[in-house]
Amino acid sequence: MGVAIGCDCGSARIPFVFRFFAKNLLKACVLVLVVSFVVFLLVDLSPVDPVQANVGQAATLSMSEAKRAQLEAYWGVGESLLERYGRWLWGLLHGDLGTSLRYDEPVAQVIAERAGASFALLSIAWAGSGLLGFVLGVVAGMAHRRWPDRLIRGWCFAMTSIPSFWLALIALMVFAVALGWFPIGFATPVGLAQADVSWADVAHHLALPAICLTLVGVAPVALHTREKVIEFEAGEVADFCRLRGEGPWQRFWRHGLRNVALPALTLQCASVGEIFGGAVLVEEVFSYPGLGQAAVTAGLGSDVCLLAGIAVVTSLLVFGGNFAADVLYGVVDPRMRSAREAARAAKEGPLASLVDRPEDYDVPRSGAEEVGRGDTI
Amino acid sequence: MATPYDVARERSSRAPVIVAPHAHALPSRRADLARVLALGTALMLLLAVGAVLAPVAQEADFLAKNLPPSLAHPFGTDWMGRDMLSRTVAGLTLSASLGLLAALAAAGLSLVLGCVAALGGPAADAFVSGAIDVVMGLPHLVLLILVSFAFGKGFVGVAMAIALTEWPRLARVVRSEMLQCRGSDYVLAARRLGQGPVRVAARHLVPYVLPQFVVGLVLLFPHAIIHEASLTFLGFGLPPEVPAIGSILSESMAYLSTGAWWLVALPGAALVLCVLAFDILGRSLARLATRGGAL
Repeated sequence: MGVAIGCDCGSARIPFVFRFFAKNLLKACVLVLVVSFVVFLLVDLSPVDPVQANVGQAATLSMSEAKRAQLEAYWGVGESLLERYGRWLWGLLHGDLGTSLRYDEPVAQVIAERAGASFALLSIAWAGSGLLGFVLGVVAGMAHRRWPDRLIRGWCFAMTSIPSFWLALIALMVFAVALGWFPIGFATPVGLAQADVSWADVAHHLALPAICLTLVGVAPVALHTREKVIEFEAGEVADFCRLRGEGPWQRFWRHGLRNVALPALTLQCASVGEIFGGAVLVEEVFSYPGLGQAAVTAGLGSDVCLLAGIAVVTSLLVFGGNFAADVLYGVVDPRMRSAREAARAAKEGPLASLVDRPEDYDVPRSGAEEVGRGDTI
Repeated sequence: MATPYDVARERSSRAPVIVAPHAHALPSRRADLARVLALGTALMLLLAVGAVLAPVAQEADFLAKNLPPSLAHPFGTDWMGRDMLSRTVAGLTLSASLGLLAALAAAGLSLVLGCVAALGGPAADAFVSGAIDVVMGLPHLVLLILVSFAFGKGFVGVAMAIALTEWPRLARVVRSEMLQCRGSDYVLAARRLGQGPVRVAARHLVPYVLPQFVVGLVLLFPHAIIHEASLTFLGFGLPPEVPAIGSILSESMAYLSTGAWWLVALPGAALVLCVLAFDILGRSLARLATRGGAL
């Protein structure tokens, strides 16, 4: 994982844990800088006229010069890239993410409000798709080449070809419009004061989007787990278990689970970004007032500060997912720790020159790369 | 009276079977080839038909609006009385060709960046890996929105968005394959004989990664088409009168509550079938390219 920060240089006296966290903190800072600069650069490149995009073509043509100049100043037309970015960065250092031009509120406030709604949706979908995908993957792997396997695999391949927004549309059509089981949109009932909204209402509005997003996220982790289970079943450990007379589920419970759970966990941690991408589309379909909808509004309305804020927050979310995977690897799998220690010993020992770059500080992300067509948005 | 022989025979016929061997068909190369040819032809036909149907798809007939599917209009008609079947086919054609174009560009970019990483020295390698990390560090859809906005939305915006965000996965594969190849004896010999990096890349590295690259390219197509549809669905793509599959679906969203199910269900199902066809095509090609190996 190569944002090239020379951080392997820490001396052996600093504890590993400290170095690990310091390195990742530095990485996160660099990521925020790069991502925010990319956002400002891209917005600066854009030929879209923010005034026209927000007030419409007819209004733009008919408005007076003075009015137009005032609006242009509001949307920051004609400001240079570095000026704008410098101002934003200076604000960021003071804890100020700028003001959203579309919502006319501080960006931090907009994001906080929206993140609350999105957080429930994202976390339910994340955990749900992880669990369901894992169970399906295990069932398919244990029933390798028999009908449950064929069924689950076929379903997963179909799911990777279904755009999440279409699935959401169909769900909306069947369960909300035709059957009337769920509300058609929004996070709370229309025409009700915020104070009067009960938890049941919130859950009722959340259910259908969460189910859609869960189903969308199932395929990658199920297919990946299936591969790992098949691998385990073909291995020596499983053979030995068979010789001892252990049945398939006993053998899986005692030995397979912990071998299979780790890659699935890593993959699921690395798929936070994909789930967020799906959430953008699903929120749009259900008019659900979350972060994804705000991102679309900001993009369509040239709201630079809000775009930058959302990009930074979501990239930190993705980074956090990968970081959690790294940490969990060390916690869950003792072999990782001993491999790290061995590599460090080798690095500092007399044979240091023979050892290639110790990759072990960056835990191999076998998950995300092997899956191929893992992501669906 | 049963002889011991009979008893033994009786027992052996009742003996539990511990492992029953299943009969598994090996992946058939001929079937894969047939699949590739059939799907390839079908998709080409779709593109051709879509190009022909594009003008028909714009024709409005207000006498026949909001009709459910019938023999005359198998996919029904919309609020302007336009035939949804021709609109769907035209939209699919546009989406697919845009996706193909963008995927080609993305694959080209990943090949170039792979070469740069493998031959440009440690600094170039670090730069390429850093770029891959940054692009993969943002949620894909957020980046798609950003890039399409940067290029002014529309046809160019969508194409650039897909081309500039779809490459990292393939670039990673290409880079690691090329790094492997770079260490091989014949490349070292070529370098020692004084061949420059461009020549080495063209004569040794690119041919080495070509099979993987082609497979990766074909497997990019379904992604690219889904992303194209998503972007146009969100309104970052083409003007509403151009029938892209995403804009058709986002337009039909307004008619969901009136019960016009065919406006959403049928075009979307066509999109799924098209993506699935590209996916199966890619997988069959992958099996052919790797001589029956798993991919």
